[in-house]
Amino acid sequence: MGQSAFVRGYPGSIRELAFEGYKEAMLDAQIPPKDIDASIVCSAPEYDKQRSPAGVFAEYLGLIPQPTCYLESLCSSSSMGLRLAYSLIKAGLHDVVAVIGFQKMSEISSEESQERMGRGADIQWESPFGTMMPAYYAMYARAHMEEYGTTPDDLALIRVKASTYGQINEKAVFRKPVSLEMFSDQNSPMSGPIASPLRIGDCCANADGSSCIIVASEEKARALSDKPVWILGLGAASASVNLAGRDLFTGLKVAQDAAQHAYKMAGVTPKDIDVAEVHDCFTIAEMMAYEDLGFAQPGQGTELIKGKKTYREGSIPVNIDGGLLSKGHPIGATGGSQIRTIVLQLRGEAGAMQVKDPEIGLIHNIGGVGLYGSVTILGR
Amino acid sequence: MGKKREVDDRFRKFGTVSFTSVTKINDFIDYLEKGKVMGSTCKNCGLAFFPPRADCYQCLQSDMEWFEVSGKGRLITYSTLKYAPVGFGDDLPYSIAILDYNAYKVFGRIDGLIPEEEIKVGMEMVTRVNRLPKGHLNYIFQKP
Repeated sequence: MGQSAFVRGYPGSIRELAFEGYKEAMLDAQIPPKDIDASIVCSAPEYDKQRSPAGVFAEYLGLIPQPTCYLESLCSSSSMGLRLAYSLIKAGLHDVVAVIGFQKMSEISSEESQERMGRGADIQWESPFGTMMPAYYAMYARAHMEEYGTTPDDLALIRVKASTYGQINEKAVFRKPVSLEMFSDQNSPMSGPIASPLRIGDCCANADGSSCIIVASEEKARALSDKPVWILGLGAASASVNLAGRDLFTGLKVAQDAAQHAYKMAGVTPKDIDVAEVHDCFTIAEMMAYEDLGFAQPGQGTELIKGKKTYREGSIPVNIDGGLLSKGHPIGATGGSQIRTIVLQLRGEAGAMQVKDPEIGLIHNIGGVGLYGSVTILGR
Repeated sequence: MGKKREVDDRFRKFGTVSFTSVTKINDFIDYLEKGKVMGSTCKNCGLAFFPPRADCYQCLQSDMEWFEVSGKGRLITYSTLKYAPVGFGDDLPYSIAILDYNAYKVFGRIDGLIPEEEIKVGMEMVTRVNRLPKGHLNYIFQKP
């Protein structure tokens, strides 16, 4: 597997961006393009001028005439790509499938990008009120605070943790240290209001980036790698796009449902997870993930971060690559980047980010505001 | 040149910026003009929907009747925006929120005249039609 560096303003076209993650994955797998039986290209299409990038990438990456297709589920696109690749291989159609995620968000302004992201919500009934992603997640943060007494500074601690590891991840877009004090310092951009109760420091940044995961059948994987990582569980779910159609506002039902499916398929429980990557597009999203995945009881997520249990040396290390908060969030590439981190962890190749001897890892990847949920469990 | 086709695009008037114009539930806009916020109920199976819809997924029928969103709902959560997407900047700051009416929930804005410090989760509010510039309409949550 591989990923490009996540950057602001990638100085190249989308096919060149895709090449970066693909190249790292192919060098890692040590196979020629002709051994890839099919490719799945994953992103959110509204940021690109190119219609149907799959065919364009397949040609640029040397993956023609093999079949290719495009898959979209907002920010969880490449996790759904992994799910599709798994099913293609399990069905016996292919032996080796490349899942290529990418997003070049810098071609449009930040405001336009917020507006387009907001359109991943209900454009008929919600967008006309002036919605955007931080405000939606802020509504979950408010509900969590009201129900459990969570504070803005509890959430800020998640950003402080993210920055601890963002500083040692050379692929991250944000590599500066962040302290809790910065959230109350009016001169720090972290403290700026965006959508109450969330502050600027609670939000991840847009970025350009690509990722690539090579998925192979058991037989092929054993032949190709002396350290294969196995897909143990795949869970996915969907929920009402309109928040008015939901009952839960202190957690994401899609994450709970997807986690349940993934744990069942893998035959493991939350206690068995040694390392996790969760979808921390906002600090509150990581807090809810602790609870939705069963790492903490509902309302007890705060104790995990306050007790540093989700740090590298803690009982359940989470986002030891800096998460979306530090890496940046190139929508279609994000899931693939999370999967890459867990594969590195399970192989013992995560360098300064390495967690001690993990055997089972989990990836939690959410599309939209809990519209799509995907949970993947990997083992070595 | 052919005859100009009549397009029922009443829904373009919904909200500050509408992203939809043609929908089968365009009468929703006429009710807003009359000061009423309406949901829809399936005449066949009785399932109630807000926001209203033309089709029932439960019994696959498309025969709906309107009901009025009335009485008090409870504020579940809200957020006050200090940044806005393109087209909404003039409305800042504003708060989006969800009211729970038990049988259904309503997503909308809180009346901008209510100071932020007076907004409390759990408070009872009512949904009222709100007139916007250029003939646009939405609904807002107010104190009863």
